[in-house]
Amino acid sequence: MERNIIQWIIFLMQEYGTYFWKGTLVTLETAILGTLLGLVLGFVIGIVKSTPIAPEDSMVKKIYYKVLKTVCDGFVQVFRGTPMMVQAMIIYYGLKQYGIDISSFNAAILVILLNTGAYMAETVRGGIQSIDNGQFEGGKALGMSHFTIMFSVVLPQAFRNIIPETGNLFITNLKMTSVLNVIGISELYFATKTAANTYYRYFEAFLITGAIYFILCAVFSKLLSILEKKMEGKKDYELATEYIGD
Amino acid sequence: MAIIHVQHLSKAFGTHEVLRDIDFRIDKGEVVCIIGSSGSGKSTLLRCLNLLETPTDGIILFGGGEIGGGEKKINEYRAKVGMVFQSFNLFNNMTVLENCMAGSRKVLKKSKEESKANAIKYLKKVGMAPYINAKPAQLSGGQKQRVAIARALTMEPEVLLFDEPTSALDPEMVGEVLNVIKELAEEGLTMIIVTHEMSFARDVSTKTIFMDQGVIAEDGAPEKFFVSPKNPRTKEFLSRFMSA
Repeated sequence: MERNIIQWIIFLMQEYGTYFWKGTLVTLETAILGTLLGLVLGFVIGIVKSTPIAPEDSMVKKIYYKVLKTVCDGFVQVFRGTPMMVQAMIIYYGLKQYGIDISSFNAAILVILLNTGAYMAETVRGGIQSIDNGQFEGGKALGMSHFTIMFSVVLPQAFRNIIPETGNLFITNLKMTSVLNVIGISELYFATKTAANTYYRYFEAFLITGAIYFILCAVFSKLLSILEKKMEGKKDYELATEYIGD
Repeated sequence: MAIIHVQHLSKAFGTHEVLRDIDFRIDKGEVVCIIGSSGSGKSTLLRCLNLLETPTDGIILFGGGEIGGGEKKINEYRAKVGMVFQSFNLFNNMTVLENCMAGSRKVLKKSKEESKANAIKYLKKVGMAPYINAKPAQLSGGQKQRVAIARALTMEPEVLLFDEPTSALDPEMVGEVLNVIKELAEEGLTMIIVTHEMSFARDVSTKTIFMDQGVIAEDGAPEKFFVSPKNPRTKEFLSRFMSA
């Protein structure tokens, strides 16, 4: 029986529907978990990198921060400077050779997490630097410690400023999970390959997958822009009428 | 005993000496106004008093003890010496009320109820209590500065420093801020005010300091200082300002 494109697409979706569905879920899971955990890592590195060393600090503190900053810099350089696929091969297959056995799913999350961390570190640092120094001084003048100012004043504002960049990175991660099929996680790309190979219908199978990726990205872009609007807060405020005339 | 006693204070940025061998003392209840042209070092002096700038040389005594010595000690000191900035420096992510409560909660570790009651007390004093739910971006410059004063007052400081509190304000908003400061002076709060408002300085200060090129060129009671200045630089400076 001869099928046209449309018929093949419908056929593949019926036959391999659960494959596509499960692949989509794994893709989402790795991208979301990896990005969120990577965001935490990015914040930690970004905060460390933007911690000032004052001339009056003790020698121990100075050396401690110097080492910490160097380690962070090195980490960022390495993970931004090598392809994700190579990192995945080293972390999954490479480490196995030395008896460190992690599941392919965990390895995938780890690779995304480390990459996101490396990329977000600079973004977070930029976000922190975008907050005017006056607010730091305002906090200092009240006797607040650097970390109190950081957590109650600067980071809440920096976080809002970096939402667009976080969104971009998440969308990238969503698509980059496809290269992780090299370590055998059954994400969307891997699932599609299986479906395509059986009938040699690459065009139709990958058309379906392309559409799924596209829809996922579109939906999350929209969600992120809604979040961004929400974070802006209310435009107006209520006067506390009980104090008027006091 | 002097509440703040500055001895041989110097500050250099690289090779540029901004302050040279500054000596002065301020007693409890005094209101000291520091005047002088831009670049004379008056703001740097004030920032040194709060250790926002680290002096290159000299010592600052607060209640008889030398200030400095580690972040913790410095923060304890700053909690007792409030500061109001030219550019307000309010926390943009917090409401007016949260701005005023932040120091009380996080530095003085007071309860939420006590912090709120105090914050509202001082917001009422500066006439900003109705705006407790507003964010800084929603206020005018004069309102922001009054909130900044309330924020500093909520810490119940022993000394309050003002760094050109009205320089960033539209002319019609200067009055509302100066009135608040005048009221505080009448209540006996110890204050050091860097200002360009000459008639305000004359009315409010118990002592006026004129700074010129990093040194104190002249100081004295305002009645004498403004009427019969001795230093030729002071004369020149005052004649330019008072005629305007």
